[in-house]
Amino acid sequence: MEYKDYYKIMGVARDASQDDIKRAYRKLARKYHPDVSKEPQAEVRFKELGEAYEVLKDPEKRVAYDQLGTNWKANQEFRPPPDWNAGFEFSERGFPGGDASQYSDFFESLFGRSFRSGGGGYGGATSDRGASGRGGASFHIPGEDHYAKIMIDLEDSYTGATRTITLQVPGVDVQGRVSTREHKLNVVIPRGIRPKQYIRLAGQGAPSHGRGKRGDLYLEIEFRPHPHYRVEDKDVYLDLPVAPWEAALGATVKAPTPEGIVELKIPPDSATGRKLRLKGRGIPGKTPGDYYVVLRIVPPPANDETAKSFYRSMAEHFKSFNPRAKLGVQA
Amino acid sequence: MTDKNPPRTSNDKPAEPQVGLSAIIIDEQHTLTLAELSHACAVQSGYIIELVDEGLLTPETADEHEPHRWRFTSTQMRRARMASRLQNDLGINLAGVALALQLLEEVEVLRTRLEAMDRE
Repeated sequence: MEYKDYYKIMGVARDASQDDIKRAYRKLARKYHPDVSKEPQAEVRFKELGEAYEVLKDPEKRVAYDQLGTNWKANQEFRPPPDWNAGFEFSERGFPGGDASQYSDFFESLFGRSFRSGGGGYGGATSDRGASGRGGASFHIPGEDHYAKIMIDLEDSYTGATRTITLQVPGVDVQGRVSTREHKLNVVIPRGIRPKQYIRLAGQGAPSHGRGKRGDLYLEIEFRPHPHYRVEDKDVYLDLPVAPWEAALGATVKAPTPEGIVELKIPPDSATGRKLRLKGRGIPGKTPGDYYVVLRIVPPPANDETAKSFYRSMAEHFKSFNPRAKLGVQA
Repeated sequence: MTDKNPPRTSNDKPAEPQVGLSAIIIDEQHTLTLAELSHACAVQSGYIIELVDEGLLTPETADEHEPHRWRFTSTQMRRARMASRLQNDLGINLAGVALALQLLEEVEVLRTRLEAMDRE
């Protein structure tokens, strides 16, 4: 097990006041909160931070942690001293909810397992904290709902797909130890699913207390970034390169769509940025989205003498054409 | 493959690996009730009502005086979950959460546009 330097994680001095610690926490929490942050590793950093704050904000835990001394280095191999914890009694006030199941072994070795509660988080997914996560429940309480985020491809939404997903579910084993087990599910991803939508798998969440209903499993859908397509709500966009003469004279060209290749009519005198809409060819559904092709004119390279002389004769021919007329500058 | 977790009570049906578990999309056709949304977000229903009062959530049905008839979609669920997390983790009040959500949604739209432009 590795030693965790909670002061270093929070970027405060060992003699920082409780106010300093709170300020540091708020500031870093805003920076690394997974809902807010685009920093890499935000989720990991945020968890570390939550754990560090859990210890340092509580004077009892902080004193206990300080007792370990200052000779430890972050990530150093750590064993709690034999007399550790003697004379300390921790009150459990102010403890956050289900999240605690994700604290480190280091935290657990110092403050014990009793601090952990069996919340429902899994690998990659954040768990929820809130009223129902705190145990001490009476009977017939429905099981908690579980969450996970899954990545699918845009094409899966057009066709529907079956995916095997593996969730890491924390639980308590027969010896009362906290462990994670794998929960494998074959899920039919419905056709027409859009990014950021949830799908619900009834009865796949946490078991109930007593005779209540088993919780549900919600999966939040994300699309893997696609090399060609981009998705806005139910509409799908493609940038389509066209040759100058195709745009100028009009043409029928082949264009890819998530459902296969289509023949597309380019109207004459098109410019870069022109949007062509294929109605109803976006993400399918009761009211399907649209598919937009955005034209982008690509000039042939002027890399040999024939090509250069062709461009020169074009320049000659279009003498009066000023591409910067709108900017109020002379050609 | 079998589920190794020993069943805890007779009512606790173990989750067997299934062939193609079907799932429903939470959308306009399959909405969540107030109770379902609260349970899904692990909050009291009073909290969801507060979010509606603050204008953070807009139920699908218009009649705001009858919470038991409210229906919510994925969009609302995502907002509710984010709101409760932001409130718990960052210690901001509801008005602050509402502003944060609005700005986050704007940032998201801008990021998508920016990514599209960077590709050109």
